[in-house]
Amino acid sequence: MTATSFRARASQGATAGLLLALFLFPRVASNYWLDVFTSAFFYVILALGLNVVVGFAGLLDLGYAAFFAIGAYTTGILTTVYHVPFLLTVPAAAALAALSGVVIGAPALRLRSDYLAIVTLGFGEIIRITAKNLTLTGSASGIYGIPRPTVFGHALKTQQDFYYLLLILAIVTYLAMRRLEHSRVGRAWKYIREDEDAAAAMGIDPFRYKLLAFVVGAVVGGLAGTVFAVRMTAIAPESFGFMQSVLILLAVILGGLGRLPGVVLGAFLIVLLPEAMREFASWRYFLFGALLIAMMHFRPEGLWPAGRRKMPQSGRAALNGGDGR
Amino acid sequence: MNVWGEQLMNALVIGSFYSLIALGYSMVYGIIQLLNFAHGDVYMVGAFVGYGVLSAMSGAPLFVGLGAAFLFASLATGLLGLGVERIAYRPLLQSSRLVMLITAIGVSLVLENGVMLALGPSFRVMPVELPRSGLSLFGADVTYAQLAIIATSVGLMLLLDAFVRRTLYGKAMRAIAVNPTATALMGIPVHRVIALTFFIGSFLAGSAGVLAGVYYGKINFMMGFIVGLKAFTASVLGGIGSLPGAMLGGYLLGFLETFGAAALGGEWKDVFAFVILILILTLKPTGLLGRTGTERV
Repeated sequence: MTATSFRARASQGATAGLLLALFLFPRVASNYWLDVFTSAFFYVILALGLNVVVGFAGLLDLGYAAFFAIGAYTTGILTTVYHVPFLLTVPAAAALAALSGVVIGAPALRLRSDYLAIVTLGFGEIIRITAKNLTLTGSASGIYGIPRPTVFGHALKTQQDFYYLLLILAIVTYLAMRRLEHSRVGRAWKYIREDEDAAAAMGIDPFRYKLLAFVVGAVVGGLAGTVFAVRMTAIAPESFGFMQSVLILLAVILGGLGRLPGVVLGAFLIVLLPEAMREFASWRYFLFGALLIAMMHFRPEGLWPAGRRKMPQSGRAALNGGDGR
Repeated sequence: MNVWGEQLMNALVIGSFYSLIALGYSMVYGIIQLLNFAHGDVYMVGAFVGYGVLSAMSGAPLFVGLGAAFLFASLATGLLGLGVERIAYRPLLQSSRLVMLITAIGVSLVLENGVMLALGPSFRVMPVELPRSGLSLFGADVTYAQLAIIATSVGLMLLLDAFVRRTLYGKAMRAIAVNPTATALMGIPVHRVIALTFFIGSFLAGSAGVLAGVYYGKINFMMGFIVGLKAFTASVLGGIGSLPGAMLGGYLLGFLETFGAAALGGEWKDVFAFVILILILTLKPTGLLGRTGTERV
């Protein structure tokens, strides 16, 4: 008992130290590193959102960048064309992301859940191509001149402002995800992931909960998109391609599916690794692909897994019994 | 000039490519329930092997070169399929679906970027040009090349159909699709049959890759990405797991896309297929020729 409380206290101390270091970081860091870390926080938020779908509920979403794009374009269009204040665009972006999550998720999730993977992949392409073709979304050149936001009377302008904004948002998202994970809903998701039939037998409606997971992921992605739009002040369709979705997925898988500290670690890795190996830039996606395969073969539970085994070994009926369907 | 007739020929050609690729998706899915995301990239590799053979044989007569490229590329991609199955998928057959799907994404990235690293990201122009001669059918100009592509594709499909229906290996494939455990208990080498399925599926995708590469004249390491997605749509449209369904779905998608693009504008061509995919999943998820009843998870 004392051992666990010691461990808990040590990890609390480490967390507090890390947060303090992150809050003081802008005092010592150059603008370049400030920018790198701001991106890392940003991927932390996206990865935490995707983790709800992939890690908690065990579904594969290959078009996560689409929701991120929906959020970014909603804010971009509303602020530049209709001059809506930034904060009012946030609920609109969340609502649109949720709505598209339902439209895409409902037909796919009613069937086998692996159809979701390909439907989301297709959806990601639809969104990108649509953004490229419509004049409303600025065609291939995208939307630029998105005004800097004013949040509670404070205008966000400098790199430091955005560093703190994203740091705080990442912490808030993390805490929200931790609450969600241990809630009734979070437990239901994990139950479905581990054994859908057993969960259904216990009165959990797999379809409703899977759809909820998908929509929660979509909303987080949409919200991240709104912040992306005002941070970058310019957005273009090519920021929201398939590779963006793969990158976020890799962050979730690298650290440890479903495990929040692992997901944060994964997000930092995918931002910091390319910085560390700039000279191999063209090898990046090749190595990412090889990494995905190797992870699935040797460490499907991620680099920083939870204490108990997470990946079910019994979910398939291919060769180990069942009637194969 | 008969514009509609020419569009019809375009639809048949593009439908042939979709059908050939969709067959591989459907076969692999039918036998091990894996959405093999890397399948579109096998098509791309086929085009590149064909390019290599044609470049090496640039002095040879056109038909000799084309024949050699076709055979060599199909066999090479068939072997590539075998290798991918052996290295990436077989050790994971007992793992969860998510693990398999993520592995397939990894294989796709490795194939695309492996070709990109080896040969560069720019488009390559095929070193042959198909003869433009042809004939007039009901006022539509049809080239012999188009007819040859359609005939080759249909021929391959008929061969596959005969193989699956008539041979012992075909029967073993159908048996595994129904119940792998019972099949293994009957003494059938399940892994060998799965490997054969990958070989045949990849062979067909590779042959589609050469044909498409020669037909369009330009190839690129990402050419399999969208085509693979569309071929998947085709196999869902026809009913995944059903081989006649995959063929039908491929041609149907070819028609819908060609005439849809003609009506709405070419820039929406790629969106069209995905809208069909989402609609079919909503309205008739078993596809046109698929088994009825919802599938058990």
